[in-house]
Amino acid sequence: MSARPLRVVGHPVPRVDAIEKVTGRARYVTDLTLPGMAHAKVLRSPYAHARVRRVDVTRARARPGVFAALAGADLTWCDPYYGPAYRDRPVLAIGVARYEGEPVAAVAAVDEATAEEALELIDVDYEPLAPVMTLEEALAEDAPLVHAGQPPAGHFADLSTLRPRPGTNICHQFQFARGDAAAALGGADVVVEDAYRFPPVQHVALEPHAAVAAWDETGALTLWASTQNPYSVRVELAKMFDVPLARIRVVVPHLGGGFGSKTYAKLEPLAATLARAAARPVRLAASVPEAFQTVRRCASRVAVRAGFRRDGTLVAVACDADYDVGAYADIGPRVVQKGTYTATGPYRVPHVRLEARAVYTNTTPGGAFRGFGVPQLAWALESLFDVAADRLDRDPVDLRRQNFLAHGEEFAPGDTPIDGKLEESLSRAAEAIGWTRAPAADRGRGVAAMLKASVAPSVSEAIVRLHADGSVTVLASAVEMGQGTRTVLTQIAAEVLSVPLARVTVVQPDTAVTPYDQTTSSSRSTAMTGRAVQVAAEDVRDQLLAIAAQNLGVAARELALADGAVVAPARRLTYPEALALKFGMSGGELIGRGVIAPGRTAAPLGGSTPFWEMAVGAAEVSVDEETGAVRVERYVSVADVGRAINPLLLEGQDEGGVVQGLGHTLLEEMLYADGHLLNGTLLVYRVPRADDTPSELECHFVENADGSGPFGAKGAGEGSLIPVSPAVANALARLTGVRLRDLPLTPERVWRALRARSPRA
Amino acid sequence: MTIRLVVNGRPRDLEVAPHALLLDVLRDTLDLKGAKRSCDTQVCGACTVLVDGLAVSACTYLAVEADGRSVLTVEGLADGESLHPLQRAFVEAGAVQCGFCTSGMLLTAKAMLAENRTPTRDDVLHYLRGSLCRCTGYRKIVDAVLAAAETAR
Ligand code: FES
Ligand code: FES
Repeated sequence: MSARPLRVVGHPVPRVDAIEKVTGRARYVTDLTLPGMAHAKVLRSPYAHARVRRVDVTRARARPGVFAALAGADLTWCDPYYGPAYRDRPVLAIGVARYEGEPVAAVAAVDEATAEEALELIDVDYEPLAPVMTLEEALAEDAPLVHAGQPPAGHFADLSTLRPRPGTNICHQFQFARGDAAAALGGADVVVEDAYRFPPVQHVALEPHAAVAAWDETGALTLWASTQNPYSVRVELAKMFDVPLARIRVVVPHLGGGFGSKTYAKLEPLAATLARAAARPVRLAASVPEAFQTVRRCASRVAVRAGFRRDGTLVAVACDADYDVGAYADIGPRVVQKGTYTATGPYRVPHVRLEARAVYTNTTPGGAFRGFGVPQLAWALESLFDVAADRLDRDPVDLRRQNFLAHGEEFAPGDTPIDGKLEESLSRAAEAIGWTRAPAADRGRGVAAMLKASVAPSVSEAIVRLHADGSVTVLASAVEMGQGTRTVLTQIAAEVLSVPLARVTVVQPDTAVTPYDQTTSSSRSTAMTGRAVQVAAEDVRDQLLAIAAQNLGVAARELALADGAVVAPARRLTYPEALALKFGMSGGELIGRGVIAPGRTAAPLGGSTPFWEMAVGAAEVSVDEETGAVRVERYVSVADVGRAINPLLLEGQDEGGVVQGLGHTLLEEMLYADGHLLNGTLLVYRVPRADDTPSELECHFVENADGSGPFGAKGAGEGSLIPVSPAVANALARLTGVRLRDLPLTPERVWRALRARSPRA
Repeated sequence: MTIRLVVNGRPRDLEVAPHALLLDVLRDTLDLKGAKRSCDTQVCGACTVLVDGLAVSACTYLAVEADGRSVLTVEGLADGESLHPLQRAFVEAGAVQCGFCTSGMLLTAKAMLAENRTPTRDDVLHYLRGSLCRCTGYRKIVDAVLAAAETAR
């Protein structure tokens, strides 16, 4: 890397799409209209579990203004199943409805009102079946089965070995062991153990899922979709309709938030199916309640034991985690293995036994949600760490510091060595919260740390084009969902090619145009897609240097790019001049290519993480002893990001992550009773509001340029959310002596725990 | 029925159904897509527009109620190419992420500043209770509103 100071990378430049967003010009899927477009509505199961004996859509079909009305049994002309782990999910229920809200029939009509009216003309004969709504019910002896048969493996190579346990509701199991945890726990001086629960929560992206599908006269399909994974969606549709990948085009306009809810196919299969049946473009836009019936976070119960030596050395961790993945696998099996893999957090643990199960229940399918399984286990381990500190009579900050994995140390055989400095994050967090100074009498402080692997192996490709006027187009398929990836990619290309930001255009993801990118998730876009863009831009740079070297008669190594020109010691050649020399006319362009594809390794999950996401959180809380209401007064987040490509956007990411974490810590839980979701609307499901936020919220970054991404960057954006709940609960425990094990920390739970508290000695 | 209203400074005569919602009329009839539909139940504020200067949830406001009134949407906030101070503050403070809440936030903030030219941080936090943002954690939005209030002084 050249020692040249960075011009735009590392600077807090405003986002490139800010103007279109503040003027209302930014376009989201539901803002699009196609000629002749029909509007779709979905009839959903009122039962958590029911046999669907008959669906009669004839009256709906006959209604004027209706172009198509479909039930599961009609889908004989395509493969009606999809799913990234197992293809276990039918586009419309076939024979069985497995959760309340599962699509059973759908209509495409001239407008939404007509479609809605047509739904009322559909007759469904249900035979209600006994549902399993909780982990306990699903794992009970002789529990009703959510899935009777085995689904075929999905399209993920590394998940094709997944197998459900026949005759049970267990959809996937994951084990990891190192050393001899049982023996080490037996020999440990101090053993602590407890069980922790994490609730089902919904992403509540402000924009619910939406898709517009259109088949053209040649049989090719185009979808405009609010998806974080256009390329995964393309694979699902290609399989369903038996169409070559090249004939499916997925275009992604702006997303109104994602947070994992828009990973993998969601509404796209149904939209495409209806469009085919209606023989015209179809728009399918979910409502907020329907988003609650589409995906949620996998709830969990986690039993964890940790053994320490008297001197505070952590020697062993044993963990049994059950995740409720709901009625269909979605990406749940991978959430389970990924979350469990780092159950031991950022600590050195010689003896480990981890076991996890993904369990089907008759509830909304669980899938990816910011943190991807890690928040559930960090809640358990980081809470237990403070219990251990208490037992060992140690300061929780010191005990963590003593056991942190060091920079360069192995996490697991074959995986990437630790690439950051946890102790630096911890020290900064402790200092910012004032750890060594006593808090006010009515305040308590707590800390927590996290470690998370990114998806591996994964692939990102990018193309950078330099045009005859010196402007630049970046083709990449990282989805802009608010996190700022379009800005970050712009900065990277502008930096390498030494042009102003305004000269760079990043094209919206479009599988017919922008090259392959596996997914916009797992905090990977800056590190992986960003690196691909950097390599592609460097490819263009090298071509420019070669042109200049030849024409100026100077060795390429004596040339550099500056201000839109190749500069030699005594001369400069602007990009338009260089291109004119190369092509002999004012046309033609330079095309650079970047491919980041590290491939499979011997690491336990099949690929080595491209970076470790690491962060520390510190909370200062107060509690109203009368009502049990917990208030987070101050919060500090420190993330080890290698390099902040854009500190302004990064800070925004982490502030948002902390507040989203406060949601599942204090407020949020999808509540079920008698087989029904009780609070699947924003009227009753409370997400954090402006006045729920801490009075002081600071997000800091450790930047040692030690990441594998562009300019030493690592991924970020999930790390800030993960320590929130244990940091808050640890603070509450230190303030009140009360230890809560179930999230969210509602006033009622806290009040009861305070009442039950044995008088402190 | 026919209603006569002013939208972003421009008089409009529109034929609307009695049950038509202002949000649909703005988005579909007038092609003003800046106001967004999210909760559809007057909770989130994504659909907020100003009617005679007051912030209303267009998702639950009948178009006929706007008869004879003046409606401002996010598209009418800038003066030509020159951004409104709130828009500029949102850009500079990093108060925009996905942007889905942004138009509602801007108009809510405008209504607030019309009522209270010198808000405190707490005033802003309180006023924005009816405007949800799932991306930003609100801090930069509040910063932006305070900065805009400062510039206006
Ligand atoms: S969409 Fe109108 S308030 Fe949410
Ligand atoms: S910026 Fe995404 S909801 Fe506010």
